[in-house]
Amino acid sequence: MLESSGLIVTPEMDKPPVLEVTGLRKRFGDQVALDGVDLKVYEGEVVAVLGPSGSGKSTLVRCIDQLESIDGGAMFLDGELLGFEMSHGHLRPLTDSARKRQQRRMSMVFQQFNLFPHWTVLRNVTEAPMAVHGASAAEARERAMELLRRVGLEDKANAYPRHLSGGQQQRVAIARSAAVDPRILLFDEPTSALDPELVDEVLQTIKKLASTGRTMVVVTHEMEFARNVADRCVFMDAGRVVEERPADDFFEDPRSERLRAFLARSGRSPREVRG
Amino acid sequence: MTNTPVATAPAIDVATARRRIRPARIIGGTLILIVTLSVLWFLVSNERFEWNVVAEYLFNPSVLLGLGVSLMLTVVCMVLGSILGTVLAAGQLSDFWPVKAASITFVGVFRGIPPLVQLIFWFNLAYLLPRITFGVPFGPEFFSWETNSLITPLTAAIIGLSLHEAAYMAEIVRAGMLSVDQGQHDAASAMGFGRWHTFSRIVLPQAMRVIIPPTGSQVIALLKGTSLVSVIAMGDLLHAVQVIYNRTYEVVPMLIVAVIWYLVVVTVLTLIQRRVEQHFGRGSARDGMRRPIRRVREAN
Repeated sequence: MLESSGLIVTPEMDKPPVLEVTGLRKRFGDQVALDGVDLKVYEGEVVAVLGPSGSGKSTLVRCIDQLESIDGGAMFLDGELLGFEMSHGHLRPLTDSARKRQQRRMSMVFQQFNLFPHWTVLRNVTEAPMAVHGASAAEARERAMELLRRVGLEDKANAYPRHLSGGQQQRVAIARSAAVDPRILLFDEPTSALDPELVDEVLQTIKKLASTGRTMVVVTHEMEFARNVADRCVFMDAGRVVEERPADDFFEDPRSERLRAFLARSGRSPREVRG
Repeated sequence: MTNTPVATAPAIDVATARRRIRPARIIGGTLILIVTLSVLWFLVSNERFEWNVVAEYLFNPSVLLGLGVSLMLTVVCMVLGSILGTVLAAGQLSDFWPVKAASITFVGVFRGIPPLVQLIFWFNLAYLLPRITFGVPFGPEFFSWETNSLITPLTAAIIGLSLHEAAYMAEIVRAGMLSVDQGQHDAASAMGFGRWHTFSRIVLPQAMRVIIPPTGSQVIALLKGTSLVSVIAMGDLLHAVQVIYNRTYEVVPMLIVAVIWYLVVVTVLTLIQRRVEQHFGRGSARDGMRRPIRRVREAN
């Protein structure tokens, strides 16, 4: 598996997981978005989350990053309960500032990039390290330039986001997320808002980042990418995890009927993928 | 020119084309010219304007003092109103319902009461509340003042106009904050920015593009609104010229003096507003274009 994905770093499955989600439930009104999701992500592991639209995969990463409130289950980051604590004998939501402290240990790349349009590319990347992680201006700048070099955009440091193409904006967003050295990097359909010819540059950037041993959860529709980059693939449907396998098995030997149908619909029957 | 097809294109060069004759524009332009000339003629020929009196009093010290008072009131009430208005806007968007209800009620009440009524009310506050005290309700008092020693024309004017302004600014700031894409809140939250950091560095600067144009109009409205304080004997620009014409009976020329100053200040304010709009258009205006920006999404 590792040879085929070209990864150097081996996920450390013997240690406790970086992220553990147990029985996660989330409703939007009457609509059940997540119906008891379990997920473990280990150090250095890249997990791809696939599934049809509306299967709850975006909601899952948004819940993990505490952008949505959750209705049940629990999530742990390095063994620490996310979003709640025992207080006066009961589980209660964290204070704002405690929740912010947890959010600072994760970061997220959005479908719509969500760069701050009134700031230059450089400031977008340096703001969080300086404002919430206590980096000095020089440190933050040096680190930001290094990251921008890695995503191939060091010459755009002083441009404003709207002067960049969608692919470039998303690469800046990736640099911004990586700049805070998160324990886990979450990607919410990072290429779905891009023109087809721009998808590849973003996928290459994510792949490069994955090869440095970062722990990542990537919600995506890009099958080829999931197969090449992820260690493990998770298939979600109707708010549940239907199948969860090492990447190669996932595509070559899907067990559930629903995953088989999904792969067929996506134009990849198991046989085609093998070739 | 005919519509008959020809074998080869006729030798025509549109560079020789002349301007099209547009009768409606000629008529309209002429009418505007006639009206402009007659207004000018009216201003110049009508001796009752007494332009010499206007010139004599335009830079009169008490007129300039009144102008200063009007400007001071505008600045003070705008600053207080903007701060309180921003707090009220945040309150109206709060997810804690008592704060939300209180903010909405405050805005509703103070936007609904005419500023003139408020000024007279605040000026006569002593009738309702002879003493102002700070202390535990129904308990001990810590500080206490005679209302009449606190409520002067100046304080009544500042309270009345600031509260009125705050109610309007609350609506303007709220609209601005709502114009900022939800994705910006998500991104700020995901990076772990605190509430104040998110509000002051991310939401407000982007909301400014929506907030500035109506705020410019509010400043202008407030400047003109300061003329209301003349009813509580506050020495603003209008009150200054009233004092003079009550003595000299030169009502029209003195009002012209006031009008000139109001127009001068409003013009300057408008120019400042354009500059500020340009500043906050950063990162979203097309390069070199001067216009208020609405397309927030486009920039994302």
